[in-house]
Amino acid sequence: MAENVAVVGRETRRRVRVRLFGDRVFNLVTLGLAAIVLILLFALAIALIVDAMPAIRKFGFSFLVTSDWDPVNDLYGALPFIYGTAVSSAIALAIAVPLSLGVALCLSEMAPDWLSRRLGFLVDLLAAIPSVVYGLWAIFVLGPWLRDYVESFLGTYLGFLPIFAGPKVAVGMFSAGVVLAIMVIPYISSVCTDVFRVVPPTQREAALALGATKWEMVRMAVLPYGLSGIIGAIILGLGRALGETIAVAMVIGNSPQISASLFAPAATLASVIANEFAEATSDLYVSSLIALGLVLLGLGIVLNVIARLLVAAVARQRFDSSR
Amino acid sequence: MADKLVTRHLNAYFNQTRAVKDINLTFPEGKVTAIIGPSGCGKSTMVRCLNRMHEVVPGAHADGEVLLDGENIYDSAVDPVQVRRRIGMVFQKPTPFPTMSIEDNVAAGLTLNSAGISRAERNRIVEKSLRQAALWDEVKDHLRRPGGSLSGGQQQRLCVARALAVEPEVLLMDEPCSALDPISTARIEELLLELKSNYTIVIVTHNMQQAARTSDYTAFLYQGDLIEFGETNQIFTNPKRRETEDYITGRFG
Ligand SMILES: Nc1ncnc2c1ncn2[C@@H]1O[C@H](COP(=O)(O)OP(=O)(O)OP(=O)(O)O)[C@@H](O)[C@H]1O
Ligand SMILES: [Mg+2]
Repeated sequence: MAENVAVVGRETRRRVRVRLFGDRVFNLVTLGLAAIVLILLFALAIALIVDAMPAIRKFGFSFLVTSDWDPVNDLYGALPFIYGTAVSSAIALAIAVPLSLGVALCLSEMAPDWLSRRLGFLVDLLAAIPSVVYGLWAIFVLGPWLRDYVESFLGTYLGFLPIFAGPKVAVGMFSAGVVLAIMVIPYISSVCTDVFRVVPPTQREAALALGATKWEMVRMAVLPYGLSGIIGAIILGLGRALGETIAVAMVIGNSPQISASLFAPAATLASVIANEFAEATSDLYVSSLIALGLVLLGLGIVLNVIARLLVAAVARQRFDSSR
Repeated sequence: MADKLVTRHLNAYFNQTRAVKDINLTFPEGKVTAIIGPSGCGKSTMVRCLNRMHEVVPGAHADGEVLLDGENIYDSAVDPVQVRRRIGMVFQKPTPFPTMSIEDNVAAGLTLNSAGISRAERNRIVEKSLRQAALWDEVKDHLRRPGGSLSGGQQQRLCVARALAVEPEVLLMDEPCSALDPISTARIEELLLELKSNYTIVIVTHNMQQAARTSDYTAFLYQGDLIEFGETNQIFTNPKRRETEDYITGRFG
């Protein structure tokens, strides 16, 4: 008996030592992995900067604000692509945000639990469709449909606005924006659904007990409580829209121009890189494309910083001096 | 004296379990009725049935009748939203809207009930309600601060003010003072006496002295059953049922 106890004691002590050693190994491994991510990010940024250097040296700041993209004369300006990225993403968000909020409210507030779970799964499936499939579908189905119905409708009734004027085409900024909207809806709506589901029942009850209808309850209790989450979801969707490449490249028309009309063909930072990299012949051409990639990376970083600041500001407002 | 609120064979269920059993109670108009009973006996559940808040809980339902001025609020033709506008409620735990300002919290119900209310009128009601809830002096200089920035007891008084602002006919208060200090508690008790002439009040409390001080009638609940109902005086001095006596004298609970 006593011997057993001693053995157990020795075993335990040994195991403690092993565990402490294990902890140290675990710490080192996780630290190493975290460091690798950081190193990768920096290596990537530095490589981009180095490779973009010829373009940066040649054009300087004017690279960002000129709109010539002329490989024949080796003149490159990023503005049409910055514009294309910004506008296509803006169209995408303008469509996707209200729709996603509607979907999320339907799933979290309206649908009974069993239906909500199934519908939520279907919405999530939208995110699993490869972007090239979206692109194909947009070329053959969505684009022509938009041209024949939506664009002609907008042109007829709102054609006095320059953005809805001009010839209607199946491939262009508008079609790209709509495809992007469909592609980011699952991201925004599923985050928002989760955000709305964690609003405490006591908040909903407080609104209902005041005599709020369901919609008034949403406006009074659910949306304000979920505001920082909604902002986060929108930024996530925007990040997806900014970087989306293949589907956009297939449907935007790939024309490096800034036109007032949303129906005209355009190009984005990501789409032009994908389209032209293989055929970039001169060093300056390649370097300019890489500089576009750098701009895209910078845009992503700026966006994330803004998102964090916004979310933090909202959170601070809520708990302001509540400690 | 009219019977403002009457329950008939009221049962409340959480899924299959019956938490409130066949309650027949009368809440006379212009009086304070206290609900007492040990923790978990169904006080909150019963009170939440009175303004159709019980059914908001997933899986919960109620049957029987609750008559408000003689009209059954559980009738299928009755809109629960309208019921809740006439029967206000203060919950056991404070539930301010954390991001909304103190002022907007108080006025939250006003925006629902009366669409085109003037700025001055709104300010007047906010001040009056906050004064009634004994919170005005503490918050009058920062009405724009978020409701979530108040202490727990202040939040509860904010919720009292929010419920008062819409001037409901009946006020249900579920242990409104459990998070309050003696001074605020005394102020709320004064408020009850003040409001009594215009409102019908139902107050749940664990505090026997509070029930004795503030209420005209008292109902004792035990394990979902209504054990005894009567004038507060009689319940506390001469209870008819053995269980009531044991409870109010602290022999169980
Ligand atoms: N959401 C719920 N789901 C299932 N059962 C519940 C729920 N809420 C309350 N109950 C049960 O219903 C019974 C009555 O609860 P209730 O909250 O009405 O008690 P109470 O008298 O208000 O107690 P306390 O004095 O502690 O507030 C309890 O047995 C409780 O377990
Ligand atoms: Mg309770």
